[in-house]
Amino acid sequence: MVSNGKGFQRAAHVVMILLCVFCLFPFVLLISSSITDEMTLIREGYSVIPKVVSFDAYKYLFVSSKAIARGYKITVFVTVIGTLVNLTFTTLLAYPLSRKDLPHRSFFSFFVFFTMLFNGGVVPSYMMWTQFFHIKNTYAALIVPNLMMGAFYVIMMRTNFSSNIPDAVIEAARIDGAGEWRILSQIVLPMSLPIIATLTLLVGLHYWNDWVNGLYYISKYKYYSIQVLLNRMLQDVQYLMSSSGAAGMDSMDSAIPATGIKMAVAVVGALPELAVYPFFQKYFVKGITIGAVKG
Amino acid sequence: MKNEKQNNARPAVCLRAKNRRYRPLYAMMVPGLLYLVINNYIPMAGIVIAFKQVNYKAGILKSPWVGFKNFEFLFKTKDALTITRNTIGYNLVFLILGPLLAITVAILLNELKSKMAKKVYQTVILVPYLISIVVVSYLVYALLATEAGFVNNSVLGAFGAEPVSWYSEAKYWPVILVLVHIWKGFGYSSIIYYAALVGIDRTCYEAAAIDGATRWQQILHITLPGLKSTIITLTLMSIGKMFYSDFGLFYQVPMDSGALYDVTNTIDTYVYRGLMKLNNVGMSSAAGLYQSFVGFILVLTANLVVSKISKDDALF
Repeated sequence: MVSNGKGFQRAAHVVMILLCVFCLFPFVLLISSSITDEMTLIREGYSVIPKVVSFDAYKYLFVSSKAIARGYKITVFVTVIGTLVNLTFTTLLAYPLSRKDLPHRSFFSFFVFFTMLFNGGVVPSYMMWTQFFHIKNTYAALIVPNLMMGAFYVIMMRTNFSSNIPDAVIEAARIDGAGEWRILSQIVLPMSLPIIATLTLLVGLHYWNDWVNGLYYISKYKYYSIQVLLNRMLQDVQYLMSSSGAAGMDSMDSAIPATGIKMAVAVVGALPELAVYPFFQKYFVKGITIGAVKG
Repeated sequence: MKNEKQNNARPAVCLRAKNRRYRPLYAMMVPGLLYLVINNYIPMAGIVIAFKQVNYKAGILKSPWVGFKNFEFLFKTKDALTITRNTIGYNLVFLILGPLLAITVAILLNELKSKMAKKVYQTVILVPYLISIVVVSYLVYALLATEAGFVNNSVLGAFGAEPVSWYSEAKYWPVILVLVHIWKGFGYSSIIYYAALVGIDRTCYEAAAIDGATRWQQILHITLPGLKSTIITLTLMSIGKMFYSDFGLFYQVPMDSGALYDVTNTIDTYVYRGLMKLNNVGMSSAAGLYQSFVGFILVLTANLVVSKISKDDALF
């Protein structure tokens, strides 16, 4: 801008830096507390600077309890399978809807869109999944309900297909004798890699972060994903010990760093996302901005 | 040309051929549509549960009808008022404060010259949006825990003030929840507004500056009008969701503390507790249907209003 004074720039930086501190402060508190010695935590509470550094909480989490490792395994499994299925379903529905020549196109579009306007609510869907599909305490409970495909992403992808892929390209491929499956896999998909990367990231994040399906449908700890485990442990740290079920744990009970463990387990839950985030930041921002543009 | 000729000559055959051509496309849609039927449409039909007295032994289909009894019970309780008030109240505050902060941040980002700084700020303010609400609950717990919490020990302690038992004092929670919501979400909406700002033609600002417009005048007369359609779209979406609340925020962050229900109970948490904790399916499904129904009307109304004011910004 022409009249950008130095004073204004400086003020803007100050405001933004304060906001960044506001965003990051709780994380710093969490991480520092997780590596602080248990006695210090009990005496002085959670703090930003670890006075006496100790990794006991982590040692305990990984060495004494199998719950975390299992939780990770389940989360990774659910995220990979769920994201794959979601992206497949979404693409396969979005592509035909993007074709202007598809007969009854507007009917199908509305059929998809309407699910964003009205829903039956939690109770009927809970009844259906538990009474008819019997998914309680299965891995399917973490993958199938609500997350396997959503109208929002279908519409996002459809819009992207119809604005980025010229009709002429598809028509040309058809004249050359390519079938629809071939057009989709060899022309449409390669031309749509950015949107696919973006949606993969968003959907993957949904699966990674999901704890609500676990809350409703999972009660056996052997199916606990990392988020479900975190949810359980927030209210009951003892849970980790009781569920780990290892023999000879009693002798260690007195040494459980309960105050620190709460912080360590949250770090364990959030760290993979935070570590990977900088590499995907570009796609993440892109996903947010296209998501805002109506379909 | 050839196609047309055929069309005229043998319309029936050609129509069949044409339909066959689309068969693969329909086949592609099958899994997705089937999933929507199961995951979304069957539960829509399931709203009849709200008019039944559910008996698990008899099954849902054979459970007896009770008409509007469940709703009568629900609206006789104090809960109905509390959950409606909380759901709408918090949403109203979010609706006003959210965009204010987000637009301010977007404008600041837009005015900053340093590309590097812009990128860093964008990255950082999105971090809270990235993590699950369960982890957020731990962050809040680190701050507010009675024994070990940062606020009690390091903030109140430094001033010699008495520690507060945060998780049992309802009066603080409206502020806490609004802060947490803003903390988690402002980055996301800032990015959306910022993207809209980037789309505004830079020459407008240059021309305005030459004409002697101050920064304030530029923001008022170029930036905000440029954001109009984004503001309308996002506000419309929020109004449509006015009857819904972030379940995690109201259930998980206060750690489901009973002492706080008066200010943390929303329709979503009420439905959850009714169904899973109290086993009161009748009330729970009545509250759920109340939410879906009013929510639906709100979306339609909001959209209608927008299509009257500014047709292009309507969602449908």
